[in-house]
Amino acid sequence: MIEFIEIIFTAGFWAATIRIACPLILATIGEVLCERAGVLNLGIEGIMSIGAMVGWMTVFLGADLYTGILAALIIGGIFGLIHAIFTVYLGASQHVTGIGITMLASSLGFFCFKLILPASTTPPKIKPFQPIDIPFLSELPFLGPAFFQHTPFTYLAILVVIFAFWLMNSTPLGLSIKMAGENPMALEAQGIDVFLVRTIAVVLGSALMAVGGAYLTLSAFDAFYFGMINGRGWIAIALVIFASWKPERALMGALLFAGLDAYQVRAQQLAGAIIPYQFFLMLPFLLSIVAMVIAAKRTRYPKALLIPFRRGERH
Amino acid sequence: MTTLLKVEKITKKFGNLYANDQISFEVKKSEVLAILGENGAGKTTLMNILFGHYTPDSGNVNFEGNAIEFGNTNNAIKLGIGMVHQHFTLAENLTALENIIIGRQSIFSLTLPKRNARVKILELSKKFGLPIDPDELVANLSVSEKQRIEILKTLFLDCKLLILDEPTAALTPQETDALFSTIRNMIKTGLSVILISHKLNEILAVSDRIIVLRNGSSVGEIDTNSTDREKIAEMIVGKKIDYPKKTKIPKKSKVLSLIDVSYKKPDAPNLSKVNLDLYGGQILGIAGVAGNGQTTLAKILSGHFKPTQGKIIFEEAKSVHTSPKSFMDLGVAYIPEDRNSDGIVGDMEIWENAIMTEMDDPFLRNSLGIINKKTSFDRSENLCETYDVRMQSIRQRSRLLSGGNVQKLLLGRWLMRKPKIIIACQPTRGLDEGAIASIQKLLLEAQQNGSAIILISEDLDELLTISDDISVMYKGMLSNPTESSSTNKLSIGLQMAGDGFL
Repeated sequence: MIEFIEIIFTAGFWAATIRIACPLILATIGEVLCERAGVLNLGIEGIMSIGAMVGWMTVFLGADLYTGILAALIIGGIFGLIHAIFTVYLGASQHVTGIGITMLASSLGFFCFKLILPASTTPPKIKPFQPIDIPFLSELPFLGPAFFQHTPFTYLAILVVIFAFWLMNSTPLGLSIKMAGENPMALEAQGIDVFLVRTIAVVLGSALMAVGGAYLTLSAFDAFYFGMINGRGWIAIALVIFASWKPERALMGALLFAGLDAYQVRAQQLAGAIIPYQFFLMLPFLLSIVAMVIAAKRTRYPKALLIPFRRGERH
Repeated sequence: MTTLLKVEKITKKFGNLYANDQISFEVKKSEVLAILGENGAGKTTLMNILFGHYTPDSGNVNFEGNAIEFGNTNNAIKLGIGMVHQHFTLAENLTALENIIIGRQSIFSLTLPKRNARVKILELSKKFGLPIDPDELVANLSVSEKQRIEILKTLFLDCKLLILDEPTAALTPQETDALFSTIRNMIKTGLSVILISHKLNEILAVSDRIIVLRNGSSVGEIDTNSTDREKIAEMIVGKKIDYPKKTKIPKKSKVLSLIDVSYKKPDAPNLSKVNLDLYGGQILGIAGVAGNGQTTLAKILSGHFKPTQGKIIFEEAKSVHTSPKSFMDLGVAYIPEDRNSDGIVGDMEIWENAIMTEMDDPFLRNSLGIINKKTSFDRSENLCETYDVRMQSIRQRSRLLSGGNVQKLLLGRWLMRKPKIIIACQPTRGLDEGAIASIQKLLLEAQQNGSAIILISEDLDELLTISDDISVMYKGMLSNPTESSSTNKLSIGLQMAGDGFL
């Protein structure tokens, strides 16, 4: 029994937690930005998928890894713009548009992959980001291998959290985004273009989602295959609620879920013979639901979430 | 005095309806211009054009000699126009400070100069007598505090012309007075104010000049000094208003009493130990700022809510099962606060709404339960004629009726039943002078016929003229009734703010 507790005292467990959390952190922050501005982005699963593909393909075709991230960022922004045109400017249903974007982006991504690499049966590989040792810190016992021997992409994800926190709390844009999601009329009455603010938030958020997808193909793994996002986008949607629409809490939520996932893999190896492995696979989702139910009681939705803003109409 | 704003021949159509038709007027420096009119006369539309929310179909607006760029609020703000909307434009999840400073800088700016802003806000707040706590979340503020923030928002952006759209709608009399003294302060420092309201007394108290709109057109401009209440009301409605006159009748026997009724649940404002006696032929007015439990009380009295403690006794003895139906059968009529969502079904036709509460009546249906159209139509025609519901046809959808006609339909529907008790929740809220007068007259007639009426209202003038006795609700408590002839606005206002409650 003691082995089950010992798992959490291994550096490997913590390193894995951070690895698993990274794409979730990026995607959740992206979704937080969109929803804070009042736009639900259900395109997240597809945008992550096409981000994973475009990032990987850019590197496969010869560019360096950072250009791969940039390519993912841009493709995410483009799909964000499509989502914004429909939901912000045309006031279309955010649910329908989002699901449409997910179907379009994930299928288009795989379609392009097959167009460029028609013959491949086993997915070709690239050389992904390698872990770097942070001087001095990486030599610390336990803490070193757990937290300071990650890939540069991982540290980038943590920087994104800090960036998002600063954006939301210390800039006029962050304030405008929060206002656009709460009472867009308030923003309009102060002479700020609600459509522009919402569009910026959706484009920026979608770009982060795509980068989250690219983390999988450029840092966590080295190949792209269909369905590799595997529900991470939907987890991010749930994590947004868990996080009460706050970037800093999104980090906590993603780490919690990732920790549960890392734990179950290790627990499986210990008890796989006795308990069916499916039980362990289910664990992080089950515990996430419990955590969500507890956390969601206290959350406050952005009031204008899902409500399109229309100018010059009678209210 | 120099001209600040010049509006020329503004026309705005929504579909086929002229919301504004060739409206022209001027605002001078340091004056309060009041714009008056019934609901739907085009006041708010006009202001939304000035402030850049709407683009008019034709016309010009000049501000200090510069043409206003329509449909661009940013331009209006830059020129120096500020607007406090009827429905507050505040984000509740942000602090007062954040709500005020947004818009001062480009959204692409990298810094948010909160410290300088705080200094300026506190300065303005002191100068104009608008006390606020800049770091409080807006969600935790009262209505009048929110309004102060709205005004500070415009002052912070250095406005020269302030548009106030129905600013007193949710204020107590004391808060209204404070607002007016702020307005006078502003005028002294050279600002101009456009004030929109339909409360005539307030307009007379604070404005310099009045413009009256009717059906989208300007029907007159008048100096406030040279006019009086009746004259303006006539201009607004377009004909002489027949104001209701109250004749007191002796109280009959007790029809209803509440004994220590409390309601403690999270779904509505709570009540604590409310005692109340109601007699036939009595109109008991209940004053209070919205949200102090009046709605809960009305819902308890009409059988929608069951009190968590205490007793409701009808005609001295009978105690009943809580349901709207059983209360109706005892002769209770309930005019809900939100007539459009709780009173009528907007998408159903007028005749259907007119007989909706009467489905037990065997005349209206046959033995199989199928509606007898002929008798139903006759009944609804009769109702609309008796209570002067103006419509094109009883087959018209109810949502097309004006507020006053919806209210007459609702009230008429109950009066046909000769109710013993009428619970009227804000029956004249948002109605224009003419409609208010006819609703009040119907209530007074019902009283003459022996009905007991509980009149819940925020309009103190209404309470003082119509009701026999007045109680005040504050935080779920109800004061003992005072005869309305022996009290006044000031003392009711104090009670509304909590004076005399434990």
